[in-house]
Amino acid sequence: MDYEPPYLYPDYRSTELRAPKQELVRLPDEWFHKAPGPVFGRIPVRVEDADLTRQHRGEPLGERIIIHGRVLDSDGHAVRNTLIEVWQANAAGRYVDPVDDHDAPLDPNFTGAGRAITDDGGFYRFVTVKPGAYPWRNHLNAWRPAHVHFSLFGPSLASRLVTQMYFPGDPLIPLDPILRSIPDARGRELLIARLDLDTTVPEWALGYRWDIVLRGPRATPAEA
Amino acid sequence: MTAPTPSQTVGPFFGFALPFENDADAVGEAGDAVRVEGRVLDGAGEPVPDALVEASQGEQFARCRTDGEGAFHFTLRKPAVNDGAPFFEIMVFARGLLRHLYTRMYFPDEEGANPADGVLRLVDEARRQTLIAHGNGDILQFDIRLQGEGETVFFAL
Repeated sequence: MDYEPPYLYPDYRSTELRAPKQELVRLPDEWFHKAPGPVFGRIPVRVEDADLTRQHRGEPLGERIIIHGRVLDSDGHAVRNTLIEVWQANAAGRYVDPVDDHDAPLDPNFTGAGRAITDDGGFYRFVTVKPGAYPWRNHLNAWRPAHVHFSLFGPSLASRLVTQMYFPGDPLIPLDPILRSIPDARGRELLIARLDLDTTVPEWALGYRWDIVLRGPRATPAEA
Repeated sequence: MTAPTPSQTVGPFFGFALPFENDADAVGEAGDAVRVEGRVLDGAGEPVPDALVEASQGEQFARCRTDGEGAFHFTLRKPAVNDGAPFFEIMVFARGLLRHLYTRMYFPDEEGANPADGVLRLVDEARRQTLIAHGNGDILQFDIRLQGEGETVFFAL
């Protein structure tokens, strides 16, 4: 079971000149099981890094949300003590990144970057605001569904994952070439969080649950 | 086995979030530090100005966003190895890469060890040189060509 997108997906135009044309070379399977990942002690993570609504003097505008979930490996074991980095647009659909020139307001109280370390059960929790949709220039009238970018390391080089989390019920989801690049609907579903009343804090913030599965010690490379 | 969560592109707007200050330099002024400089190029030979290059060796880790010319740099210690040839692990992320790419950088002054390396030997001889840096001394050059002529060898993940 492997739902990875291909490198070349012409509906996502930026893949055309960036996807390798040569076949990827397959390393012996034991590389997957043995190659250790790097260590991140050099960049300390503080508890408050996981609350994106408390990084400035005031609170950001938008719908306050909690994103909570568990990181597992493909063998079903919790991935503890691993770095998760998230980044996102603000509630108006604008990134603080200088590369973003979308005509939507920046929020002086929102940067949109957070970090956390999974606990002993592999669990993580971020507090943030729901990002807005925004246009991009892939095709006429192209809009990205609301999403939060996630970066995870896991214990090995093979467990490295950069992906995006989407929100349930977003009408832009079926139109998005980046999400549609995943050929199987079951794979696309894996990137959509679910509304979770157990994570929700009454009178304060809606909660979303999103579990993440990294390639584990018995995994093998995805088909190219 | 549970299906791994699929990958999605890092997109163009990660620069404010991922590389931290001094992230490109894992080792400071250590005596055996090697600075690697290179460019990421696309299938038209144009620079890729929005790539993230991650390099690691053992527990050391460095990462760098490419600039407007597609240029990146990082500093790591060259490893000592008993078996095969020394190398740095390299991962490349970018807008337009739905999954990241994994490659290795080998050292140009290891003419003895490189030909005996088990992974280099898996690679077509004609393409092997795409994995070997240029230059000598403390500063090496290593370009990453995503596609087309001189395409860098990437390994399946």
